Amino acid sequence: MIIRSSDQVPRRTLFKRFPVPRNLGVPPVSRIERGRIWTAPAGAQRVKTFEIYRYDPDSGANPRLDSFEVDLDDCGPMVLDVLIWIKSKVDSTLTFRRSCREGVCGSCAMNIDGTNWLACTRFVSDTSKRATIYPLNNMRIIKDLVPDLTHVFAQYSLIEPWLKSTTAVPERERLQSLEERHKLDGAWECILCFCCTSGCPSHWWNADRFLGPAVLLQAWRWLVDSRDEATGQRLDDLEDPFRLYRCHTILNCTRTCPKGLNPGKAIAGIKKLLLERRV
Amino acid sequence: MTAKVPRSTSVPAIRTSRPLSPHLQIYRPQLTSVLSFSHRLTGVILSVYAVALVAWLSAAAAGPQVFATAQSLVQSPFGKILLLACTFSFFLHLCSGIRHLMWDTGRGLELGAIYISGWVVVAVSTMLTAVSWIVGTTLAR
Repeated sequence: MIIRSSDQVPRRTLFKRFPVPRNLGVPPVSRIERGRIWTAPAGAQRVKTFEIYRYDPDSGANPRLDSFEVDLDDCGPMVLDVLIWIKSKVDSTLTFRRSCREGVCGSCAMNIDGTNWLACTRFVSDTSKRATIYPLNNMRIIKDLVPDLTHVFAQYSLIEPWLKSTTAVPERERLQSLEERHKLDGAWECILCFCCTSGCPSHWWNADRFLGPAVLLQAWRWLVDSRDEATGQRLDDLEDPFRLYRCHTILNCTRTCPKGLNPGKAIAGIKKLLLERRV
Repeated sequence: MTAKVPRSTSVPAIRTSRPLSPHLQIYRPQLTSVLSFSHRLTGVILSVYAVALVAWLSAAAAGPQVFATAQSLVQSPFGKILLLACTFSFFLHLCSGIRHLMWDTGRGLELGAIYISGWVVVAVSTMLTAVSWIVGTTLAR
């Protein structure tokens, strides 16, 4: 099936996950064990099961996969509503980040049915029969669905995401033409939810040194900003076999972006800038 | 705030006592990742076949007896399956490689175009495999 927009949910998939052993390359502390089943409240008519990744740092136990039977008649339409319903009615220890509930803050990014999306903008009706919810991939987990984002934000700070200028500070705003402003479209809308970075296989293998799509999209945002005067230095910082060139155009990033942005294209743009600078 | 960020290639190591969330083990296979993985895999397979090709040519140089043995291996049902896999790997890697060259020029990177070119790669490499086998078996008769 042809996907034209990242919000399209696949109608059918041959495999829900890659046919690899569940614990392939997984260190013992990260192995996921079978969790408990939380049955639906008595009298529930429309019941749907959600398998949710749980990890309690205080128990010292391994992560586990709990099954929650959710009464859909008692619950809102979004996956985030399901999580809130579980937290308030079934298990108050279920932990997740959420804030705006309208796809603007990027807090509730998680892996829903195998792909990364915001829980607040994913309809329950678009999830599979037994929906699975995991935290963002390849992250150290603080608790349940809350990943430690320290590393990706450190990578973000590495590209120095602020305006750099050597000319004298102007009396008024730094003006841009409409064309110059339009170059930032598709880059400024990023909410740093890190759905793309955590869905990028290259970042899975080289998270320590590859910056990942979200950060590179922001690098692009400052490279094409007409007011920024550090383009050369920014390109110098990116010209690295790992930071930038670990991107192998897999394009899981563009497929998964909940804001419909195109990090893959931006990274190709950075590579082109580096090439044009050389010739 | 203008915090000075150290210019090292890597950022500080993260504490490792926390579990790592699953990635490859649970991420849904998509055309994007499947074609990328298979491009790599076929590249590896083709380099193994390159060795096999050298062995086959050496057998031809070693004399009729050795070559006859090599031929019987190649023409056995199992050998034919391997040969078919080799042909498909070759065409998939070729078409996928051309797709990557297109991307390197910055073209075809919209999501719709990514999916169309992906399915074109799958269809064309299957077709080329079929055509080369039909032509090959016809000529061999």
